[in-house]
Amino acid sequence: MSVRAMTAPGHESLYSGGMRSWLTTVDHKRIGVLYGISALFYFVVGGVEALIIRLQLASADGTVVGADTFNQLFTMHGTTMVFLVLMPLSAALFNYMIPLMIGARDVAFPRLNAFSFWTFLFGSLLLNLSFLVGNPPDAGWFGYANLTSKQYNPGMGIDFWLLSVQIMGIASIASAVNFTVTILNMRAHGMSLMRMPLFVWMALIVQVLMLLAFPPITVAFIYLMFDRFFGTHFYIPDAGGTPILWQHLFWIFGHPEVYILILPSFGVVSEVLPTFSRKPLFGAPFMIFSGILIGFLGFGVWSHHMFTTGLGAVADTAFSLATMLIAIPTGVKIFNWIATLWGGHIHFKTPLYFAVGMVGLFIIGGLSGIMHASPPVDIQQHDTYFVVAHLHYVFFGGTVFGLFAGIYYWWPKITGRMIGEGLGKLHFWLMFIGMNLTFFPMHFLGMDGMPRRIYTYAADLGWERWNLIATVGAFVIAVSVLVFFVNAVRSVRAGEPAGGDPWDGATLEWTMSSPPPEYNFAIVPVVNSARPFWLHKFGPTRDISTRTREEGTPPQPDTPPERIDLPSPSGWPILAALGLSLVGGGALVGLWLVLVGVAVLVFGVYRWAFQPLERLGHPTFGPAPGGGR
Amino acid sequence: MDSHATTFGVPSRKMAMWVFIASECMFFGSLIATYLSYEGKSLVGPTPEEILNIPLTSVSTFVLLMSSLAMVLALDAVQTGDRRLARLWLGAVIVLGGLFLGGQVYEFNHFYHEGLTLQQNLFGATFFVLTGFHGAHVTVGVIWMVTLLVMSLRGRLGPERSLDVEVAGLYWHFVDVVWIVIFTVVYLIQ
Ligand SMILES: [Cu+2]
Repeated sequence: MSVRAMTAPGHESLYSGGMRSWLTTVDHKRIGVLYGISALFYFVVGGVEALIIRLQLASADGTVVGADTFNQLFTMHGTTMVFLVLMPLSAALFNYMIPLMIGARDVAFPRLNAFSFWTFLFGSLLLNLSFLVGNPPDAGWFGYANLTSKQYNPGMGIDFWLLSVQIMGIASIASAVNFTVTILNMRAHGMSLMRMPLFVWMALIVQVLMLLAFPPITVAFIYLMFDRFFGTHFYIPDAGGTPILWQHLFWIFGHPEVYILILPSFGVVSEVLPTFSRKPLFGAPFMIFSGILIGFLGFGVWSHHMFTTGLGAVADTAFSLATMLIAIPTGVKIFNWIATLWGGHIHFKTPLYFAVGMVGLFIIGGLSGIMHASPPVDIQQHDTYFVVAHLHYVFFGGTVFGLFAGIYYWWPKITGRMIGEGLGKLHFWLMFIGMNLTFFPMHFLGMDGMPRRIYTYAADLGWERWNLIATVGAFVIAVSVLVFFVNAVRSVRAGEPAGGDPWDGATLEWTMSSPPPEYNFAIVPVVNSARPFWLHKFGPTRDISTRTREEGTPPQPDTPPERIDLPSPSGWPILAALGLSLVGGGALVGLWLVLVGVAVLVFGVYRWAFQPLERLGHPTFGPAPGGGR
Repeated sequence: MDSHATTFGVPSRKMAMWVFIASECMFFGSLIATYLSYEGKSLVGPTPEEILNIPLTSVSTFVLLMSSLAMVLALDAVQTGDRRLARLWLGAVIVLGGLFLGGQVYEFNHFYHEGLTLQQNLFGATFFVLTGFHGAHVTVGVIWMVTLLVMSLRGRLGPERSLDVEVAGLYWHFVDVVWIVIFTVVYLIQ
């Protein structure tokens, strides 16, 4: 295996190397960056889809797009934002940060990690390939049977959708196995479960949710695939099947999915608020157990999406109560966040803006969520814009704001450079205003009975004013995203060097240079606190609010005292991922391509399995004997 | 990386297999739940009572159970470094797994000629998809065992690689246990 010479300090070389080095990387930090770039790219794609939707609805009798295109747009917007943006953006932060935060040199299975990323990427490309063949899916991201049946939807769009989401599901399960084991089994000495950072805790819960929630939807997709490709009747009422089966399987996945999307953001906020309040997180154990409880209860509430299917009073009551119960641990979290800020020595930096924004906006989304927990209220609001308002307060206000808090928080660590505070705050305010302009009026529209997913409406319904405001808001959001990208490019080009610990952080990732060296820790730390770096810097005091930051040397030396063996780069995971995607894509072309895919997959997996994992017998520093890249 | 000390002292690959098995439980759980919820909902025959051959399937169930025993003995042989026995028992797992799959192929073929197809009714669809995906898991297991056997024949499966066999064994036992559940739910409790 070839070895690159690495330079210290600063470790800018972490990202150097040609295309090949990126295709074969197994470094969790590089994979994290790949996830992040892909997710931000798709954020723009899904955002453009949303803007076209908003243009169409800006006035009555809109003519920007037709009904068919509109259906395709909201389907692709939802699928993209859930599977191609929010999950991979969380995965980006998980990948980059979890090993650093638990004191590990990499994830448990570095090549499986690469396989997960490439499988996700190929799956997402397959989904968007449907645009190129002119037939994107059009049955909504929820794909209710029998909107998806061959009889009513004979085109290839649904096939693209079901195959690509299945492929991405495999990537998610592989990634979840990897990170569950990483978090449980790769922690530094002394990093007990209760000393784990909240972000890692929430990540662990998310992994477990993915492990348990993705199989049911995989089964739902298998049935749909059999219905469409092989003529079975799983969802066909004429043959005794029921479309409700899809709804059960989909929402047994779908509700935990909501927590898969929001808990990473909860984790970020639980890191950002203490850092910028210069106080430990208030009631951290309660935060952890609340997260576990949310994840656990999340599996018992799926039918609150199905109150209108007529499950009966007993089932409705049970699901309603279980749903309302979730408000308790969620409320605990919100109060603990506020209590963390309370009396803190607050540093008003961009990450804090986004974190506080997240708490505020999530409260609004959470409250309308509790409304839907009541079946009579839900039946009134079902399929109206009120639900659209609710879910966007949760996913945009909650997840997107939380993840941006994380992006701004860890940007210096990842890039080694500070990102502009002025533009960052401009980004925040534009996004905050835009988001509320867009989604708050939808509450009114929904209450007034405007249904979701209609491509146009008549002028005499009186919905024009709020719709126009929502459209204006959507473009304000677009401008805010543009500001972010300008800020990001400026930072990468000419941002001031961040140093290892720009925020005076408490957790392990701040003890090393920015970006970290390839091997993360020159010396694997021994942890004896939930806030190991604060303990190191300030001693055993809880009250660090008045302490000023010391410009001391970080505890991590630049040069490791001993040889470190790192996993060797490997091209086999990407080949295996390609094979898997060919199996999926081949189903749309012909059996021969499926068989080619199987062959490539098997070949890739075998080469991968029999490739030695470690770069054995070379020093970490300096050119290897024989040199070369 | 197994060579490094892990937090729980359990090799990461072994823990990963347990975690994966938890996920697989939900997979087969969803398939079995669907089978149960569609039981008796078929509009036309053949019905399970008409077509399921319990004696035959009992034999193949026994065969699969015996393969788990062979798996245990294979692991033991690898751990103690007895190459000859390791090959013997790995071979036994492969043969027994192959016999089970052969029984399934025979059964599917027989049902097909009796008029039970994927498209015929809900029983056919749920039965074939459930048992078919289980069969696919057995197939993957057999391929895995063949790989281990080839490694052993090449002298690359010494006691230091016993974790390879242990992880494969976990998977094999799990697939076996799933079959016990399927056999009970589909064949015994009709
Ligand atoms: Cu829900």
